[in-house]
Amino acid sequence: MRLLTHNMLSCNIKGVANGFPLRLEAEKWVEKEVELNADFLRHIFPKIEWKALAGAARAVGYCELPEEADAAMLDSEDFLRRFHHALLEIHVEEGALVCPETGRGFPITKGIPNMLLHEDEV
Amino acid sequence: MKLKQLEGLLGTLQQFSHPKVELEQYPTGPHIASRLLYTAENTFGDISGKVVADFGCGCGTLGLASALLGAEQVIGIDIDPQSLEIASINAADMELDIDFIWCDVNKLRWRDDVVDTVVMNPPFGTRKKGSDMEFLAKALKVASQAVYSLHKTTTRDYIKRTAIRDCNARSADILCELRFDVPQIYKFHKKKEVNIAVDLWRFVPYPTQESADS
Repeated sequence: MRLLTHNMLSCNIKGVANGFPLRLEAEKWVEKEVELNADFLRHIFPKIEWKALAGAARAVGYCELPEEADAAMLDSEDFLRRFHHALLEIHVEEGALVCPETGRGFPITKGIPNMLLHEDEV
Repeated sequence: MKLKQLEGLLGTLQQFSHPKVELEQYPTGPHIASRLLYTAENTFGDISGKVVADFGCGCGTLGLASALLGAEQVIGIDIDPQSLEIASINAADMELDIDFIWCDVNKLRWRDDVVDTVVMNPPFGTRKKGSDMEFLAKALKVASQAVYSLHKTTTRDYIKRTAIRDCNARSADILCELRFDVPQIYKFHKKKEVNIAVDLWRFVPYPTQESADS
């Protein structure tokens, strides 16, 4: 699971109002190089919840993202590189996503988060 | 990439070993999958450099085809862990990086509009009535740009009406009619192979309230 996917996932338990962002507990992750596409980064930037991305990046030990970001930063190549790395080059292999409201954990195994709900959560 | 090349690559993918009838698991054949993605990319520019989600991805055919055509990020969602396992193997074999989520598509909760395009071969809704429209409604909620989907030709009028009236579609167009080969994989199939007429649809969603405001 890349951090871009984390950035859109919300807790899906019925009745949960503040299920975003899921807290990332990463036990194992890998980094894979991907070619940087500046047009894509500019396209996706306004849709990203920055605090959630910066928090998830810290959970995998990457602390190079600023606390806040605005569109003017997209002119900086250095910023684009960091944004690109956090968004697309880190894959969480093992760990969990934890609902901020209920504390329910969704395990991540072999890179795949298990978002299936129990019967009493539907 | 040429259409024939894409079709050839998709033909090498592993498919369901034990298909589950209750989930209406029919493999999306390389012929149909390659045409769906090729049209989405070359006629509409909805794939390369985009975030693409494959709803009910099964063994990953449509998602992998999207990645082959240059999607920046592909996310496959399926309720069946065995399918996701095969899809992961298929992705590894082709050296493509795709994210998967183990989830019931209808129970998914995503921030709207991060995904550009949804591609899907949903259950036809023959075993569980309405499951095709549940998929479509969800897809049109999540996608910001377009939804590509396959539906039985016999349900054409119903799909168009329901998509526009109930599922947030601004437009619903049939791109072509295809034959879906369903091999005899379930015991209740009497004939060796049947082929069903299906329509390839392109739906465009209305922008959500949030993005309309900003």
